[in-house]
Amino acid sequence: MQHLERLESAAEQISGFIYPNEIELHWGLLVVLYPYITGLVAGAFILASLEKVFKVKEVEPTYRLALLTALAFLLVAPLPLLAHLGHPERSFEIFLTPHFKSAMAMFGFVYAWYLMLVLLLEIWFEYRADLVKWGREAGPFKKLLYWLITLGSRDVSPEAVKFDDKAVHTITLIGIPSAFLLHGYVGFIFGSVKANPWWSSVLMPIVFLFSAIVSGISLVLLIYYVTTLVRRKQPDMTCLDKLASFLLYALIVDLSLEVLDFIHRLYESEESIGILSEMIVSKLYISLTIVQILIGTIGPLLILAFSRFSRLPTELKRVAYFIAALLVQVGIFSTRWNVVIGGQLFSKSLRGLTVYKLELGGIEGLFTSIGLLILPFVILYVLVKLLPPWEEDRPEASQGAAASGMTAD
Amino acid sequence: MAEENDDRQFPRREFLAKVLQLPCSAAVVAVLGPLAVSAEASEDGSEASELYYGMGIQVDRCIGCGKCVEACKAENDVPREPYYFRTWVERYVIHNDGEVSVDSPLGGIRGFPPLEGESEVLRSFFVPKLCNQCDNPPCVQVCPVGATFKTVDGVVLVDSDYCIGCRYCIQACPYGARYLDPRTHTADKCTFCYHRIEQGLLPACVEVCPTGARVFGELGALASPLRRLMRMSPLQVLKPYLNTEPKVFYSKLDGEVR
Repeated sequence: MQHLERLESAAEQISGFIYPNEIELHWGLLVVLYPYITGLVAGAFILASLEKVFKVKEVEPTYRLALLTALAFLLVAPLPLLAHLGHPERSFEIFLTPHFKSAMAMFGFVYAWYLMLVLLLEIWFEYRADLVKWGREAGPFKKLLYWLITLGSRDVSPEAVKFDDKAVHTITLIGIPSAFLLHGYVGFIFGSVKANPWWSSVLMPIVFLFSAIVSGISLVLLIYYVTTLVRRKQPDMTCLDKLASFLLYALIVDLSLEVLDFIHRLYESEESIGILSEMIVSKLYISLTIVQILIGTIGPLLILAFSRFSRLPTELKRVAYFIAALLVQVGIFSTRWNVVIGGQLFSKSLRGLTVYKLELGGIEGLFTSIGLLILPFVILYVLVKLLPPWEEDRPEASQGAAASGMTAD
Repeated sequence: MAEENDDRQFPRREFLAKVLQLPCSAAVVAVLGPLAVSAEASEDGSEASELYYGMGIQVDRCIGCGKCVEACKAENDVPREPYYFRTWVERYVIHNDGEVSVDSPLGGIRGFPPLEGESEVLRSFFVPKLCNQCDNPPCVQVCPVGATFKTVDGVVLVDSDYCIGCRYCIQACPYGARYLDPRTHTADKCTFCYHRIEQGLLPACVEVCPTGARVFGELGALASPLRRLMRMSPLQVLKPYLNTEPKVFYSKLDGEVR
């Protein structure tokens, strides 16, 4: 049996002593994907809310794109969890008979709230008037499709459009704490495990939140940059500059929190400090010190700070932002890896370290995970075709109405 | 006389146990009548609410023979591979220079190989481990569907027809007492041999222990061997600072044991 062979080879690589039941590492790559993907969702939504609630007009070109990105990733978010379950067919029990004392039992409700009441509703109100207008000019099939999506609504009078704007504003207001809840909650799932000194920290939800904001902004920046190039348009440089600034600020907060956590642990020097230090300098050296901190945080931080506030030529600046955002993605992914996998590499006896054996095939394997990371982009492609987020696709009247709606606010 | 010792250690547990069990046992008695009162409970004239199980482990009696591990695997159909254990035995070796080494080859199921360089050993001892049947079990707290639960007699069980296999309980257990059964893909752990203790029998590991290192019984019963152990020896639990309130108690436990 392949599974047993893997356990056997893991058992050979143990250093020190671990409890015999700990040889099997239970939360693998799929569980790494889950916080990574929900982080992207929460971050992209918070970026979108910058424009609506905090009136950061510069990032307007990314508003709709950010919403669609959040939706595409949110649709995929539960899949790695589902694939990881021993009995996926029983997963509905979380909804039917939730155990209210369990942090994990809340997943279904937080997820449903966020998907139904925040994202779908906001996107619906945001696109409704445009859909009606697109529907008028479209062929019969698309006409029917748009009609279905608008749920038969046809009213594009200024009052109706104004109501849409108000609705979007209100939903965004509710959406920000919801996005915080969605990802802070994921942090709580790990942070509340008192048995695990690597996870058990009150800072965990906050760290998750800020790394989510970092990852969301950088993802939308990447998608915006690539899609404008593919469409042979000039990226809006004020928008990119603003995105880069926010990315930089969020990175600084994120790094500060991580450093605080690190210093706090080191200074308190609890019982677990010996084994955790050993883990950091051995098993996690590459993924934590090199990838997460140097390549994924300090690197992009320096690139962003330098390119944002220096007089680089625009072309070069854009490339610098692109590279920084790409590095941030690598960094955030390894952050999730270091939390999830790192938390299982040491024994709860605090006497030894084990290894994680990544499978290639199989449902928990590398290929499944790569597929699950490509899937949101496929969904996003379909969403973008269906609901073009680009400025030039917006019907004339709606642009005017949206503009007047903004000034009216 | 017994109360003095016990009050120090279990006031909250006993209080909780009574609060939890009184309505339940009352309901059972009302429905099933005299049938519901078990033989054990009536033997010493105690109440059914005293059926609250625990285990004592006398560390200085364990010889590391591994019979308990073997018996457990056979009795409970635990997978034979050395990655799945409901109970296992650890050997602690404390060297003259203060260094501690721990091992548990194959969970101790075939005993332990002789120590090398014995002259450098300060002392050495065996520690049987199993689910601590916590009174405040973190595994029960985190289960998203309530598939793992605490019975009225204090034993933590898993409903394998209900478990979704998310493994949060395995992460939440501070003692490494849980594993995922590779055949059912559900969490599994020691049940104190619930199918046996229900019949008034002892758990398999207790039954086979040649030195009587393991003592099983009702925490509330005044005349049980467990109660006597509690009266005679200072007891400790594992990782008390986590407030899991284990019901597996160790006598002569070394501070090195985690």
